[in-house]
Amino acid sequence: MQSFWKSGNAFIWLTGMAAGIGLLMIGGLIALILMNGLGIFWPARLEELTLKDGSKALGEIWNRERIPDAKSNAPATRIRVKIGNRDFYGLDFRWINEADISARRFPDSAFVFERQAWGNFFGYATELALAGETMARGAEQTAAALPKFLVETGRLLQQITHIEKKVIGDINYEIEKRRLTIKRSGLRQDAEAGLISQKEKIETEISALQKQYDQNEKQLESLREKGEAYQLTIQAVDGRTKTMTLLEIVRAFQPNQMSKLDKTGLYFSRAWEFFTSAPREANMEGGVFPAIFGTVLMVFIMSLAVVPLGVLTAIYMREYAKQGPFVRALRIAVNNLAGVPSIVFGIFGLGFFVYAIGGTIDKFFYPEALPTPTYGTGGILWAALTLALLTVPVVIVTTEEGLAAVPAAMREASLALGATKFETLWRVLIPSASPAILTGLILAMARAAGEVAPLMITGVVKLAPSLPLDGHFPYLHLERKFMHLGFHIYDVGFQSPNVEASLPMVYATTLLLILIVLALNLAAIFLRNRLRRRFAMGQF
Amino acid sequence: MSVAMMTMLIPKASETIPVPTVHQSNHRPAQFQMPPAETVTKDKTAAIHIRRLNFYYGDSQALQSISLDIPQNQVTAFIGPSGCGKSTLLRCINRLNDLVDGSRVDGRIEVEGQNIYDPVVDVISLRKNIGMVFQKSNPFPKSIYENVAYGPRIAGVRKRAELGEIVENSLRGAALWDEVKDRLEASALGLSGGQQQRLCIARAIAVQPQIILMDEPCSALDPIATAKIEELMLQLKANYTIVIVTHNMQQAARVSERTAFLWLGKLVEYDDTHKIFTNPSEKLTEDYITGRFG
Repeated sequence: MQSFWKSGNAFIWLTGMAAGIGLLMIGGLIALILMNGLGIFWPARLEELTLKDGSKALGEIWNRERIPDAKSNAPATRIRVKIGNRDFYGLDFRWINEADISARRFPDSAFVFERQAWGNFFGYATELALAGETMARGAEQTAAALPKFLVETGRLLQQITHIEKKVIGDINYEIEKRRLTIKRSGLRQDAEAGLISQKEKIETEISALQKQYDQNEKQLESLREKGEAYQLTIQAVDGRTKTMTLLEIVRAFQPNQMSKLDKTGLYFSRAWEFFTSAPREANMEGGVFPAIFGTVLMVFIMSLAVVPLGVLTAIYMREYAKQGPFVRALRIAVNNLAGVPSIVFGIFGLGFFVYAIGGTIDKFFYPEALPTPTYGTGGILWAALTLALLTVPVVIVTTEEGLAAVPAAMREASLALGATKFETLWRVLIPSASPAILTGLILAMARAAGEVAPLMITGVVKLAPSLPLDGHFPYLHLERKFMHLGFHIYDVGFQSPNVEASLPMVYATTLLLILIVLALNLAAIFLRNRLRRRFAMGQF
Repeated sequence: MSVAMMTMLIPKASETIPVPTVHQSNHRPAQFQMPPAETVTKDKTAAIHIRRLNFYYGDSQALQSISLDIPQNQVTAFIGPSGCGKSTLLRCINRLNDLVDGSRVDGRIEVEGQNIYDPVVDVISLRKNIGMVFQKSNPFPKSIYENVAYGPRIAGVRKRAELGEIVENSLRGAALWDEVKDRLEASALGLSGGQQQRLCIARAIAVQPQIILMDEPCSALDPIATAKIEELMLQLKANYTIVIVTHNMQQAARVSERTAFLWLGKLVEYDDTHKIFTNPSEKLTEDYITGRFG
């Protein structure tokens, strides 16, 4: 027994177990997210339940559990049904005791309507009318006619969104720009006659734009009217009916009669919507594209800020500064910086970047927009800079290690050829240390992509009206607020009006965030390996 | 190895020189008195004059009042046991020792009549004039071409044609051109040890220095690669003054005209190689080259 302890076998087991626990936890987390995140786009079947009291329920069965306070020995269970129809029932979910159910069936004609508002509607289509004239009546006829009409309204909807978002948005942008020009010239004390005539010119431009705006508004109205002519009457399982316009419907399908192939098609169509479209209904439905975009752009801006800052600091500390108590203290400070809670960085970012720097920028460059702040409020630039500050210790430490790992012989070879210290740094040391610098960047990006707390007070919003990158000069709008996947998870999971219904969205968003971090890391690792091959410090 | 065997390695060995008797009892090196610096007469034709050079690493003195003249277009070898200061002396000549924290130097080293430790001297242009080859081959992790072109680029050569010519001439000068001319863009790290060392020589001569310092250039090479480098040294001395530090006494005997023997930071003896290896004036030198210590 003693020899067993002495041999160290027990220790090997212990180390293996520690590694195993870590692996198990990571594996379990990823498996959980994968299982829940990948399944949400798959259309579930709709089950109609007839209860013993004669009432009916139609919905997707989500899970089954034993009734917690079942006193009898008979195994009593209940099921959780997503019944949808929030406008009728108020709640998306309902628990039903299985003992109360008298009949269950999967009606072929049951429809799922994904709507712009109020969430999904589970029920039956009864009548389709165009401009007051009935086009189809009864479940079968309506179901057959619906796809054709949905294509038409889909086209209308596209036109409407184009005008709403793009055309009117552009006009508003132009008008705002001119208003600010007038305001700016008004702010100047030395307003001259020339400026006044210019002002009149701008004002006529504005009124012309205003006319354009009114025209588009009218066109929008007529398009909406056209769309509203398509009336669909739907009936819930309890017999209540509702008439709505087809414009309100995003997608309609009958899951009980869909083949595997149809379902796969729907799966990818929903997944595509998730990746490429904006969220709707308090972020609970629709896609997360603005959040993906915001996350990636923010990480890029952060990388652009953190690499120069970290690398220059590391070079100073390793190559130029005299090694002594000061540099040692600096190194300790840098390492401790990595341990400061991220919310503290957020508060610092708010105070320093947003209020101090942003406020100053506003005062000198955007006085015409005040009191509405331009840079003096949270924005993607300030959030990225705050995160750069948060992650800079990692880059400094890895770069320093990379520089220290370059053999002294390289340095001497370069200096002996008559290179200055700067030339040696620039041509030999930094290229040789570049794989280490990239390692630092990888760690920094992974940290930044997942960080939420500091962003919440430096520029992230629940719903950003526009992306930080668009067609208006200067294209990249660093002052804009943005959406972020990490914050989206928090918002959808804990702040949405219907947390239960949005749970799948949380899983899908989490999965997406992990995938994005993975993709960013893989890209950096690929780059690092290429550099490593180039600058391998091989000795014959 | 006896002195007698050593003499056979030297082509011009004279049969008339008697083999010195080997010290019998004393294993410790004999005591040695340093000659006063003033006794060294200045050789006007020499490339490098070293006068009363002292070098300190912090508190410990690594070189003690070294004075010697290194002749132009010849190979001069520094020999001596490990830690005797021969590498330190070599690195003083291109001021690479400046990089060592806490080091201090006094005395003079004159190259082309200018004391290189004079504050007005530009270290960068000094190092351009004095190339160096290191103990371990240390090509940059770049292509063969870029390695050789590094020095000229630093010196300000920008034109492609000119650079190409310099690279070719340097590689030819280092007897490497024929082996690498088809793969100039390949990584220098893919070359063999001997080739890498010759590449380092090519890199050093690409900046057209007057003097080349070699710090045990063959210590990590096999005999064949060593022979190539030695042959190269004999060719190079037509155009360059070469100073070589070596542990290998046969090598010193084979390639150098002049040999300096250093011991514990002092210059014990400096003379024609032939004389050092056949009839050294100092007992200590004899003990060392006969392998009694070191």
